[in-house]
Amino acid sequence: MEFSEVIRHVGSTFPEAVVSQDEGTHYLQIVPEQWRDVALHLRDDSKLRFDALMCLTGFDKGPGQSLGVIYSLHSMEHDHKLEVRIEVARDGGAVPSAAHVWRTADWHEREAYDMFGITFTDHPDHRRMLLPDDWIGHPLRKDYETPDDYRGIPVPKDKRGWE
Amino acid sequence: MTTFDQAQLKNFGVVEAEEMTIHMGPQHPSTHGVLRLKIRTDGEIVSHIEPHIGYLHRCFEKHCENLTYEQVIPYTDRCDYLASMNNNHIYALAVEKLMGIEIPERVEYIRVIMAELQRIASHLMAVGAHGLDAGGITPITYTFRDRERILDLFEYTCGARLLYNYIWIGGVSHDLPPNFVQYAREFLDYFEPKITEYNRLLTYNKIFIERTADIGVLTPEVAINYGGSGPVLRGSGIQWDLRRNDAYSIYDRFDFEIPIGRGEMGTVGDSWDRYFVRVREMEESVKIIRQALEQLPKEGDVHAAVPKKIRPPEGSIYFRGENPRGELGYYIISDGSPKPYRLKMRSPAFVNLSLISEIATGWMIADMIAILGSLDIVLGEIDR
Amino acid sequence: MTSFTDSLMGLLPFLSELPGGVVSLIFIVVVIFLGLVVFLFMAANALVAVYMERKVSAFMQDRLGPMEVGFWGFRGGKRFWGGIAQTLADALKLVVKEDIIPEKADKPLFIIGPFILFIAAFCAFIGIPIGYGMAISDFNIGIFYVIAISSVGVIGIIVAGWASNNKWSLYGAMRAAAQIISYEVPVGLSLLLVVMVVGSLSFYDIVAWQEHHRWFLAHSPFALLGFLIFFTAGVAEANRTPFDLPEAESELVAGHMTEYSGFRWAIFFLSEYANMAVVSLMTVIVFLGGWLSPVGSLLRLFGVAEGWYFLEGPIWGVFWISAKAIFLIFMMMWFRWTWPRLRVDQLMNTAWKFLLPVALLNIFFIGIWELIFA
Repeated sequence: MEFSEVIRHVGSTFPEAVVSQDEGTHYLQIVPEQWRDVALHLRDDSKLRFDALMCLTGFDKGPGQSLGVIYSLHSMEHDHKLEVRIEVARDGGAVPSAAHVWRTADWHEREAYDMFGITFTDHPDHRRMLLPDDWIGHPLRKDYETPDDYRGIPVPKDKRGWE
Repeated sequence: MTTFDQAQLKNFGVVEAEEMTIHMGPQHPSTHGVLRLKIRTDGEIVSHIEPHIGYLHRCFEKHCENLTYEQVIPYTDRCDYLASMNNNHIYALAVEKLMGIEIPERVEYIRVIMAELQRIASHLMAVGAHGLDAGGITPITYTFRDRERILDLFEYTCGARLLYNYIWIGGVSHDLPPNFVQYAREFLDYFEPKITEYNRLLTYNKIFIERTADIGVLTPEVAINYGGSGPVLRGSGIQWDLRRNDAYSIYDRFDFEIPIGRGEMGTVGDSWDRYFVRVREMEESVKIIRQALEQLPKEGDVHAAVPKKIRPPEGSIYFRGENPRGELGYYIISDGSPKPYRLKMRSPAFVNLSLISEIATGWMIADMIAILGSLDIVLGEIDR
Repeated sequence: MTSFTDSLMGLLPFLSELPGGVVSLIFIVVVIFLGLVVFLFMAANALVAVYMERKVSAFMQDRLGPMEVGFWGFRGGKRFWGGIAQTLADALKLVVKEDIIPEKADKPLFIIGPFILFIAAFCAFIGIPIGYGMAISDFNIGIFYVIAISSVGVIGIIVAGWASNNKWSLYGAMRAAAQIISYEVPVGLSLLLVVMVVGSLSFYDIVAWQEHHRWFLAHSPFALLGFLIFFTAGVAEANRTPFDLPEAESELVAGHMTEYSGFRWAIFFLSEYANMAVVSLMTVIVFLGGWLSPVGSLLRLFGVAEGWYFLEGPIWGVFWISAKAIFLIFMMMWFRWTWPRLRVDQLMNTAWKFLLPVALLNIFFIGIWELIFA
């Protein structure tokens, strides 16, 4: 199925969900509130059948701006791709978890939470993935400040010689 | 026969059986690095598995945001240190696609030869380590003996044996050294009969079959839903190989098969199938290298016309390729500056490892180790 | 003069004139001396066997094994005697290494554990002859004694596993207990074949029977089967691959030995290799003609008169029994460096569902065989 058809299909089923779309990079931005329904539809509709979540990327649009998640979907059956973007507010923004739809999302969403501080509601195991549980802050945010120390161990900030 | 309830048993002084929580790792001989599995066991049966990762986290993605596009390549080496060439290759392809760079013919062939040699080397490691996980110590020494020859070839080409930094954006760092084609052919002639040796030593060993067949069966539906890829997905009987399905680089020019699990020794998708897919993929890689060596243009530039400062246009790309462990993808967001605004690495082992609690629960500790071996994880790539 | 103890006491002709107290004192000295000999034998066995294991494994794995350590500059290098003093250096290292006892371990049990295992292996050697009249002590129930005493060792493993206060150790100990108890049964049942045929539990009688008839291995197809069962179960009793579950290093780190280091760990190692030697010596004596020369045994089969026999005699006997035992030890190493490991339930299935019924049937059939042919 061509991208435009996918867009039309999703747009006709969920008229309020689509925020914006882009032909060039095949992305579709939707509102977080409807993501759960859209996700189920994307996976289960016989014409769409996005059965594989290839990649899940969190991103930060910059200090003071919104955070986002990119779901890169692929259909093994029809061999077409789609990118779904969801943007949420920097503070207190939440995305409905897709871990029940694609299990791949389970660990990737944990990682996005870990790195960007995006909350995923109804996630089965909402904890940090890679960093220690008591880590403060979310390092991949653009306004992240490296702490002076971690548990009393000073963090070297002198970058002379390697920059 | 009289039955007693727990309270009565306590009166007799019989201790109630409890589940035991064990932390397997981060220092453990067969967790392939610094993985920690928190397992609950009922006797020998594993009733719950909770992987804890991050012990090797080196902030790869954060690093990338502060490095130029070329400087990222050595870091991709260190992510999956058993498949550095493939990581270089796919990263370079991703950036080239983002910039729209055309690559000289000869470079494409050199890259494919290197990537496939690396695939053999990585699978040799996986096969040997799986034998080690099952308790056979000898197979890994045999596979290492042959892996060594591949590393010698790499050393001859670019000077490094593990972390190559060989495939650059728009080319490769060095042209092939003299007589490389001949040495590579000699290696292939030497290597092909050795696969039979591994099969006789390990693959068709009765004990190894008992230990892996019918163990940790992964059904195709679960595999896809979890995003499993590479030999893990193909072991479940799905013919899916990005070299064929996405046909990136020049893989559409070669004639090779995609081995899938057929359940020869048990059920489709068991540990043995995943193992054997790797063995047969080595044969296919040999085929690809032979064809690539045949078609390799004799002369040609090994650097494309790349601007001195690599500044991809604003935009984003998700590019994926077939790593020995599965689908390796890079999501790159560019803001037009020489440094990536955001670089996400979708590592295959990260996704494959998340399968462990699904397929290994309910098996014994020894089975769990064998299943973990069949997933072929590299912690450097999982933790990034 | 059927044992070393008797022979040594017999060397002193004036004993009969001495008072009883002094005689017992001399006896104690003799026993201590012989105990020292056994200990040295065990140590030498471990040194040689470890070196052999390293070299055998190296050659099986396309490696060279130890190459550097030698005596007085005699290093050997890449030739097969390279690194001849490696195990000696290792033993020295283990003896002088820091002795670590985990803080939360049960200290008295932790200390005692390896020695229980050691004592079992040590005592087993007392009953095993290496030639006619060449045992430390002569038992008329030799087989029974060795089987009984060598199963005491498992208590040491359990104690060590429990006292370490480590979950992997505990797993190792539990597996060891289950395994050794299970494999005791087929071992005992296959030895019963010999006892039924020979009618004696003494090692001397068993070898004497083999001298007058033929090696027990060739007694009947059932005896051959018995040999296979015995050796398989023996490998399991010695905790060797493919039955090395108690210390399965890819699963249990090092099983019951996880928390041990230095000298105590060396004791475990010593005992393990001693157990290998015990199993091989038992197999040789019971099934492979003990100290009998294969040449003489073959000639007898063809009815050649005794005058033609060569390579006979007590010294050759020691040579033959060691050669056969070393071959069996080599077999065990061969297994280890070729095969993966069984799983714990497969191990139990092998013992209870396969070896045990076959061993029982074997006894029945060998009885019938004896009724028909003897």
